[in-house]
Amino acid sequence: MSRPASEPPGGVDLAIDAAWTARILTAFLRDEISRTGLGRAVVGLSGGLDSAVTAYLLARALGPGAVRAILMPHRASSPGSLRDARRVVAALGIASEEVDISGMVDGFERVTGEVDRLRLGNVMARCRMIVLYDRSARDRALVVGTSNKTELLLGYGTLYGDMASAVNPIGDLYKTQVRQLARHLGVPAAILRKRPSADLWPDQTDEDELGFHYEEVDRVLTLLVDRRVSLRTAVRRGFDRRLVRRVDGLVVRSQFKRRLPVVAKVSTRSIGWDFRYPRDWRS
Amino acid sequence: MKTVRVALAQTAPKLGDVDANLATHLEAIARARREHAGVVVFPELSLTGYLLRDQVPDVALAVGAASLRKLAAACRDVDAVVGFVEEAPGHRYHNALAYLARGRVRHVHRKVYLPTYGMFDEGRDFAPGERLRAFDAPFGRAGLLVCEDAWHPTSAWLLAQEGAEVVIVASSGPSRGARPRQGVTSIRVWQELLRVTARFQTAWVVYVNRVGFEDGLNFGGGSMVLDPFGRTAAELGPVDTGWTVAELDGEVLRRARTAYPLLRDENLELVRRELDRVRRVRYDLPDDEPDDRR
Repeated sequence: MSRPASEPPGGVDLAIDAAWTARILTAFLRDEISRTGLGRAVVGLSGGLDSAVTAYLLARALGPGAVRAILMPHRASSPGSLRDARRVVAALGIASEEVDISGMVDGFERVTGEVDRLRLGNVMARCRMIVLYDRSARDRALVVGTSNKTELLLGYGTLYGDMASAVNPIGDLYKTQVRQLARHLGVPAAILRKRPSADLWPDQTDEDELGFHYEEVDRVLTLLVDRRVSLRTAVRRGFDRRLVRRVDGLVVRSQFKRRLPVVAKVSTRSIGWDFRYPRDWRS
Repeated sequence: MKTVRVALAQTAPKLGDVDANLATHLEAIARARREHAGVVVFPELSLTGYLLRDQVPDVALAVGAASLRKLAAACRDVDAVVGFVEEAPGHRYHNALAYLARGRVRHVHRKVYLPTYGMFDEGRDFAPGERLRAFDAPFGRAGLLVCEDAWHPTSAWLLAQEGAEVVIVASSGPSRGARPRQGVTSIRVWQELLRVTARFQTAWVVYVNRVGFEDGLNFGGGSMVLDPFGRTAAELGPVDTGWTVAELDGEVLRRARTAYPLLRDENLELVRRELDRVRRVRYDLPDDEPDDRR
């Protein structure tokens, strides 16, 4: 079966209408933040694409005066990250604050003993969460999340760390789509160009660590998650069998990260089962 | 039908807050009167919001409830279609629409098709309606549908068979993102569906969909009016609340039904015969089984 030249790989077109998507997401932020009775937001700005896009959306939604970016470098972070984060702050005219978390992380290790690189990465992500939630309480502002759909589905994030937030505008956009939105919003080219990284240790990149490219994994995820095709069909569409299996395994194994803790049902009306209210209950 | 001006109130109901929504409705009814509209149409569950779940019994209203009486009282010289949770006898809760006219509740439609798949869970919270009936509105024959009802072609067809000249569809339809060349995807889908509905039934179609967010669910808006030829007579955009008044010209309906006498030519007896046969096969009924099987 021949395929027309214009057809995207695997028959998966990841293109979004960035202008309308931006309008929906800014309306979402305005609506969900104002209904909590707070009109302000704090966001952790890493210098990467996702948090930059989130900050741009927030500035549009609430006005730059209602947004505070918290820049939280660690001494292992790339200096380029801080520079890029500052660039976003300057471009948007939002308030910002720099909190070096090296001392917090050192303190943790001093008290509990040294931890390996992966655990240290989690500790760093959770130190940042502590800072964000503290600033949220201080400023009466909501913590806005910056996890995209790719990382949420793969579980490539720290539970109660970077995955912690009150609202998240980009959690239903794949990384490839966040990039399209970034272009539309005018995110600085330096941020658009660089390779995605959790920046937890020098020269770390998501794609090296995960072992695949976002363009490809986003297409596989679209097939498996959005279109609900079988693994076999995904392979028939031209994707590597090992990649498809691996993606499927990551999604299944990280399900716990996308749910509240499991509560044992021992009463007539239990949280998570038959106590059914939306998050926006009476707001 | 008489020519009638219809106001489309594309609102963002406040979830679970009947009093706040009641106030919005009264303002919109007053505006409709000022703008010489004959009818103002609100979205599905306009008095309560959509994602109610366990709040359904908390916001439910009997047809005689004070809130509805208050709204009806405001509808002495302008009609309104409002969405609410009806608490019917036996404490059955329905996703319902009321047609208010001349100070009274003139007609109630209970949503027949409750979507319970994908992101929807309405069958869990509501009882399905069991009637699809047209009724006499002050301007002519009308029929009401709620969202998913319109996805079953028999719904508008039955209403038109009973004489409906205007089919009013109230909706809380979510959007599913925006794609290149399509914009907000849900709007195009509804446009296609309703255009076909208007053409097949040679009827005016009024569609009012809500906007706003509930738990991140974005309601798509895109309310519209299609004439009996399927042409767009009025439309509102996505995302934002909106308001427009469209004139539904009785003369256009006459022209469409003269040019395309589809309703005249419908063979009800044939449909009934074939439907009976399909029923007998589907439910394995004997040939002489009477028609009142439940």
